[in-house]
Amino acid sequence: MSSVSLKEVGKSYGRVEVLRGINLEIETGELIVFVGPSGCGKSTLLRMIAGLETITAGDLSIDDERMNDVPPAQRGIAMVFQTYALYPHMSVRDNMAFGMKIAKKPKAEIEAAVSKAARILQLEPYLDRLPKALSGGQRQRVAIGRAIVRDPKVFLFDEPLSNLDAALRVATRIEIAHLKESMPDSTMIYVTHDQVEAMTLADRIVVLNGGNIEQVGAPLELYENPRNVFVAQFIGSPAMNLLDATVTATGTQTTVGRADGPAVVVPIASQASDQARPVRLGVRPEDLVLTEAEDALIEAEVDLVEALGETTVLYLKGANGGAGTIAKLPGIHPVKKGTRVRLKADPAKLHLFDEAGISFRHR
Amino acid sequence: MEQLLVALGSMALGVGACALYFWGSNRLLDLVFPARSAHAAANIRRANLIRPWLFLGPAVIILTVYLVYPVLNSIWLSLHGRTGEEFVGLDNYVWLFGDDGFRESIRNNLLWLVVVPAASTFFGLIAAALTDRIAWGNIAKSLIFMPMAISFIGASVIWKFIYDVRAADVEQIGLLNAIVVALGGAPQAWIALPFWNNFFLMVILIWIQTGFAMVILSAALRGIPEETVEAAVLDGANPLQIFLKIKVPQIWGTIAVVWTTITILVLKVFDIVLAMTNGQWGTQVLANFMFDWMFRGLDFGRAATIALVIMALVVPIMIWNIREAQKDA
Amino acid sequence: MEGIAGRKPALIWAVHLSVVLLVVLWTLPTFGLLVSSFRDKDQLSVSGWWTSLTSTERNLVVRAPAPDDKGAQRQEGAFHVITGNVFDGGGAGAVSAFGVSSQDPSAFAVGETAVLKDGERVSVTETGDFRIEADQPMTGKRGQRLFVTVLEPPLFTLDNYRTVLLSEGIGRSFINTLTVTIPATIIPILIAAFAGYALAWMRFPGRTFLVAMVVGLIVVPLQMSLIPLLRLYTDIGIGKSYVGIWLAHTGFGLPLAIYLLRNYIKGLPKEIIESARVDGASDFEIFVKIVLPLSFPALASFAIFQFLWVWNDLLVATVFLGNNEEQLVMTGRLRELLGSRGGNWEILTASAFVSIAVPLAVFFALQRYLVRGLLAGSVK
Ligand SMILES: Nc1ncnc2c1ncn2[C@@H]1O[C@H](COP(=O)(O)OP(=O)(O)O)[C@@H](O)[C@H]1O
Ligand SMILES: [Mg+2]
Repeated sequence: MSSVSLKEVGKSYGRVEVLRGINLEIETGELIVFVGPSGCGKSTLLRMIAGLETITAGDLSIDDERMNDVPPAQRGIAMVFQTYALYPHMSVRDNMAFGMKIAKKPKAEIEAAVSKAARILQLEPYLDRLPKALSGGQRQRVAIGRAIVRDPKVFLFDEPLSNLDAALRVATRIEIAHLKESMPDSTMIYVTHDQVEAMTLADRIVVLNGGNIEQVGAPLELYENPRNVFVAQFIGSPAMNLLDATVTATGTQTTVGRADGPAVVVPIASQASDQARPVRLGVRPEDLVLTEAEDALIEAEVDLVEALGETTVLYLKGANGGAGTIAKLPGIHPVKKGTRVRLKADPAKLHLFDEAGISFRHR
Repeated sequence: MEQLLVALGSMALGVGACALYFWGSNRLLDLVFPARSAHAAANIRRANLIRPWLFLGPAVIILTVYLVYPVLNSIWLSLHGRTGEEFVGLDNYVWLFGDDGFRESIRNNLLWLVVVPAASTFFGLIAAALTDRIAWGNIAKSLIFMPMAISFIGASVIWKFIYDVRAADVEQIGLLNAIVVALGGAPQAWIALPFWNNFFLMVILIWIQTGFAMVILSAALRGIPEETVEAAVLDGANPLQIFLKIKVPQIWGTIAVVWTTITILVLKVFDIVLAMTNGQWGTQVLANFMFDWMFRGLDFGRAATIALVIMALVVPIMIWNIREAQKDA
Repeated sequence: MEGIAGRKPALIWAVHLSVVLLVVLWTLPTFGLLVSSFRDKDQLSVSGWWTSLTSTERNLVVRAPAPDDKGAQRQEGAFHVITGNVFDGGGAGAVSAFGVSSQDPSAFAVGETAVLKDGERVSVTETGDFRIEADQPMTGKRGQRLFVTVLEPPLFTLDNYRTVLLSEGIGRSFINTLTVTIPATIIPILIAAFAGYALAWMRFPGRTFLVAMVVGLIVVPLQMSLIPLLRLYTDIGIGKSYVGIWLAHTGFGLPLAIYLLRNYIKGLPKEIIESARVDGASDFEIFVKIVLPLSFPALASFAIFQFLWVWNDLLVATVFLGNNEEQLVMTGRLRELLGSRGGNWEILTASAFVSIAVPLAVFFALQRYLVRGLLAGSVK
């Protein structure tokens, strides 16, 4: 059963359209992550689901009930904000109980819900403190606890980890993952601009850009099989290299010729009409390996070496649209700046994108 | 005791009625459009259309009755005779511009407008700059700020005592005359001294307003980025140069705000003149002049005309304020 | 700036001195009033308050008991004597000189003996004891007049306050002022806080216009409103009543109150209010349970402003309240005293101090909030 369903949803502020034609079905019990660059409309979409922004086009349903005009409190959602949004004048206990008190629930029920949430999040020792007497991580846990107490059908998280320092971010991320496991029936929608969070937490990722959905899919599916250049470059770090090329032979395999290197046979199907079409050949930095072969995929001068121990990142001059190719080699390599290196890649790991940026695999 | 109970009772009644309105009207709205029912969504939408006006209602009504209506009514009154019955056209204005009392008031008001904001801001700036540099600055600030809490009429008593004059052959109990006599001068009736007495009255308002200017300017001075001052120190500027060339230029905006705030106050000043001289000895000002025509002259038409002149003087400030506020929003 | 090396100590001393001078200039007037209000009323009227710790020279005129009064005269050996003390009628101090005629009131030093025309001998000691001596029994219905120059020690007393509070009506006015001030402080806050919230966080047509209107109304001189409102009050029969003045003060204080509170409430984190909305709170609940508690600093600073303003107001009270015992407020009383008791400094100083004591106490206790409010209102 679909828990949250968006049909042709759009949002405009006056004449400025910030989201358009969003179609998305979110299954019950799923953890879905909205990811995309800053300003692409992730928060807006989340807040529309929450009922904090009006929906200017399309329909939103939660559990098959149209929700466009239902006030936030009646949508069966709970939201965790980036800034925690704890009520500063209330104790942790009162913060968590506030929603149920407003709904005039019996005292015993409130007490039970609060202590259950506190137990799950290990907040029991802090129940009588004010938010200002808590650390950032604890505050974020209170904010999550407040959501749990509401016992919602859908949890909404808007960049919940952005205000935490790096170490806490990892710890809290793991905690959220555990939380999800312990509540298999809750749907969660999680907004972040951080692809690591997206990759590690998500059942499915929604990549947003400029008010559109670029691709929806499981994390590794997006990694291995990006639908377009934007997704290809957004997922993975450093970003995928794109080499200019032209189709020279079509069929079940495609041959592309390049100005700055040898022709390459890529095991991706193409049509006869693709003949002579300018394309971009995509290769992830971590898929490149050093080689001695004459017909290497790339041969270029090393501009900069970053030796991180675990990996060695080479920045090469030229190619990749002039920006320079990047290679990420496992382990330590004694490569010097200024030397020429040759790199090859497994053809199965190459990607082809047409002029519009769409992957050949997705046509 | 009984007075106290009556007082307490009426206070509770007044405040209670106000609180009851807000609570009751919102309660009523929730009852009419219940948020937990079959039509919850529609109800909440309807309630949300009405609720802002429940919140704003009293404010809008009171602002209209107490400020907007009076402005319009004053314009109407200024075109009518002493009781507001017969229409007299522009007679009141013609009378006003030919009247000696009005000319005197305008002259004095202009003096006040020039001297008081300038002096208060000046002393406030000096006090702010100096007190920020010393350890006991906060105590000093608090004491300089103190007159702010004193009523104009209380301040008038305080200063009347300072300006007190006795016959030349007995001991002076007014501080100012005592000093003058000690320095070999003759005691003066300061508040009856033509022309200069205006300044002796202005001193009172300056005394009150300096603290206000100081508090605000001191906050502005502390808001100046430390780096600009440090850069100037490295450039070899001395403290006075730093103050005049680095700090003051950065707080012009605040100085302007302080200046206009005091200017508005000056236009309304009334209690001091009423209590010290009641406009005698050439100290009349517009606000007191208007009060005179209202209560002693019993001529509402003329009094309203004078009020409109005061209003006209603040309109430019009002427009500027609205512009500034809209820039922020 | 604290850490900058090589600052000149002379400069620092100059700063300290200038601040001392400023502080003295700004506090001396009030201090003089305070000291004077505790001085004996006779001393207050003849010497400056700055001399109040030194003795005051005063000329007394006393009349010795009349010789014809029963028991006034005694026989001591060959002489007939009348004795007494110049301070019998009140006062204290040290006598430095005395005289027997108004032409020369300090003709004799203490210890000397003055011989009158009729042969009576008069002497006065430093402690004020006098002795009139004659060879024959003295006669006369009136006692001898004595002029003495007395050095009085400083006298401090609460009498002035007693007089002012009990018989000059200041006590009553104090209660009247309180009756005006408290509701006239709370009502505008309540109304302004609701309006401020609506203007900050609720969506409705005309919001921008209302905000502009509020800002514009801040500077409308209240003189403008007096006549129209007075006529309105008479027409609808509110007349001169407490309700009338509460509402008037509410009206005059409201624009600034709304402006300050709206700015403050708008500055509260948006997420907190949204979070409450997600929790199911209505606007009324959000306001009462979230916004009101969080706005305490702004509410407090406006409350202090309005309190001081209403407490110290003379104009509005003169216009909208009566001049009778039940309604005369303290500023009005003070003004009346300035007119009727203009020379009685003991009454004026004590009354003035009673009227400024409460605002001063509020000021010193809550200065922090006052400053915060001022800054919120004027620094952009
Ligand atoms: N109230 C508003 N009025 C106009 N534009 C807005 C408003 N709120 C957000 N936007 C615009 O909508 C876009 C999406 O914003 P948002 O959803 O917050 O982005 P993000 O993906 O970083 O969370 C941004 O370009 C932003 O400028
Ligand atoms: Mg965002």
